Amino acid sequence: MNTNDEKIKKVSIICAKGALEDVYASLILANGARMEGIEANLFFTFFGLNAIRKNKMDKLHTATVGNPALDMPGGIPFPTFLGGIPGVESGVSVMMKKEMEKLDIPPVSEFLEIITASGGKVYACKLAVDMFKLEREDLYDDLDGILTVGDFYQQAAGGHIIFT
Amino acid sequence: MLQKEIAGITIDVDNDGYMTNLNQWNKEIAAALAKEVGIDSLTDKHWTVVDYLQKSYKEGVALSIRKVGKSGVTDIKEFYQLFPGGPLKKSSLIAGIPKPASCI
Repeated sequence: MNTNDEKIKKVSIICAKGALEDVYASLILANGARMEGIEANLFFTFFGLNAIRKNKMDKLHTATVGNPALDMPGGIPFPTFLGGIPGVESGVSVMMKKEMEKLDIPPVSEFLEIITASGGKVYACKLAVDMFKLEREDLYDDLDGILTVGDFYQQAAGGHIIFT
Repeated sequence: MLQKEIAGITIDVDNDGYMTNLNQWNKEIAAALAKEVGIDSLTDKHWTVVDYLQKSYKEGVALSIRKVGKSGVTDIKEFYQLFPGGPLKKSSLIAGIPKPASCI
């Protein structure tokens, strides 16, 4: 048990990657912070934006190529050549989501709603939004804003910044 | 086992102060535990949530923020307002059930 009396009061989490596991790491950290009474900001940038794009958020994939940690059910390493076959990545991702649901981990859209309801803030990176030519209506309805990096640092003031 | 004197009764608790014997729980203890975590008075809504948590615990349900949100007893926003600064932990403490082990 940690004996340090100093508590974390605020975290700002940057999600810059759009794979299933990267996005969930950010969502779980942010939600977990709120559960502990810690102020939480989520900032989605670059491919991480997929997590707050309405047409993509619930269709995120985990990589089946270039992912040496991926095993087949039973623990045999996942052969890279299989990962490249069309449909395999989708299938693996669906399986992962089913396993997550068993652990009561919600789909991304619901997870974002939980974080918003808990008082966590969800932001998009302006530069990335411009680069992908996205409009506000393409993004999560309860988004708290589209921020420049300068705005983000202002929001993050007084807390810890975590990059996933 | 640790013990703690509260509301005139001695209760068994774990290292984090969560009750380890729900049979020792009563509303006076709950109110006193609530005060310790900064909730001065428990409303009917609080009691409804506490009742739901105890019932779920007895049924062996692993509680999470998501489950409470879907329970129909309260929604997530209200849950955070009722037990500010850590709703699942604080409400579990007050309800006399073990410290929640959920990350969600």
